[in-house]
Amino acid sequence: MKNVKVLGSGCKRCETTEAMVKEAAAKLGIDVKVEKVTDYAEIARFGIASTPGIVIDGKVVHAGGLPRAEALEKWLRA
Amino acid sequence: MTPDTVAAPESGRKETLVWTWYVGVGVALVLWGLLYSQLVAMSEWLVSLFPVLPGSHFGEALAFFFYDAPKVLLLLTLVVFAMGVMRSYFSPEKTRALLSGKREGAGNVMAAGLGIVTPFCSCSAVPLFIGFVSAGVPLGVTFSFLIAAPMVNEVALGLLFGLVGWQVALTYLGFGLGVAIVAGWVIGQARLEGWLQDWVKGIHAGNGVPVPSDDLTFVDRIRFGIEALKDIVGRVWVWVIAGIAVGALIHGYVPADLMAEIMGADAWWSVPAAVLIGIPIYSNAAGVIPIVEALLGKGAALGTTLAFMMSVIALSLPEMIILRKVLTLRLIAVFISVVGAGILAVGFLFNVLFH
Repeated sequence: MKNVKVLGSGCKRCETTEAMVKEAAAKLGIDVKVEKVTDYAEIARFGIASTPGIVIDGKVVHAGGLPRAEALEKWLRA
Repeated sequence: MTPDTVAAPESGRKETLVWTWYVGVGVALVLWGLLYSQLVAMSEWLVSLFPVLPGSHFGEALAFFFYDAPKVLLLLTLVVFAMGVMRSYFSPEKTRALLSGKREGAGNVMAAGLGIVTPFCSCSAVPLFIGFVSAGVPLGVTFSFLIAAPMVNEVALGLLFGLVGWQVALTYLGFGLGVAIVAGWVIGQARLEGWLQDWVKGIHAGNGVPVPSDDLTFVDRIRFGIEALKDIVGRVWVWVIAGIAVGALIHGYVPADLMAEIMGADAWWSVPAAVLIGIPIYSNAAGVIPIVEALLGKGAALGTTLAFMMSVIALSLPEMIILRKVLTLRLIAVFISVVGAGILAVGFLFNVLFH
């Protein structure tokens, strides 16, 4: 079970990112718990300066813009 | 992490894919050039479809619209794509690492410069602001970045270059950076860190957070450019069309002597008026430049027009409302007055120099 956090407040791309994570996980058959983090203070504590960001099991793997689908699958498999 | 092992036939297929990308981009560029070279012919043909007299007010407005709309959209496409590829080499996190701990002065200059190339969207101004300040980027340096990023960007420069000329584009670049550097420096000197919202002061992210940069191939960067193209052109084309429509009306209907009277270099009050009018008007660079083109064509003074453009882009109400989450009202007031004063200075200076 992987814990995935999508960081970002309300922007359209953040929602798309969340959908992409779920889709990739379903495709790979990986069990994930996706959580959206919208609080600015909490986002800042992860140390990113651009949204959307992706945190997998406590580790920041991506910040700024939509992730690439291949990269997303690689992070989820790792 | 172990490198992905790739089987031989797979890599052969990848090789062909890479070539398809290069050929595709080449073909697209040639098509672009062909379209661009036919702009005048296309616009004349489009105008001829309308039952209007050439030279009439409406005819002039139509001609402006049908020439400018495709031209601006074509220029925008090319500029955004090229800058998208270039921006894939930068990120707000890398910029922050470069700026963290920099002293004021040199830091302001770097921040304004990096503002041109770092991908930035005003919707993520808040995480960016907190991300910078909490990682030890001085407040004034952060402001230099925040002022330069929306104001001096590829869309503004590319369109000014294509529509108005390289002299005005370079002037805008120089003075836009100047306003961002000086305004940020002034805010930094005033030591206003205490005027941030309380919850912002408590965050210390440190700069030790490694944000992984995945190794992009050149094809990835081309794809990055195409994504930027879809995203930015998809978002701003409405503004562009609206801006061109306003520009067309000015071009067709506003008499030149009226323009000279209200926006000419002799009317000193026109500069502050242009700045004030620009604040509530919210548009991005792409929408305001066709208006700038039409104003200049009607004899408006360069300084007044630049002041109007800078004010519309750099002092926008929606961005202030977003920044209200991290800045106190007092700090926002300082921000608006310092940037406004800088823009005023640019406006007056130009009207005097190029009179």
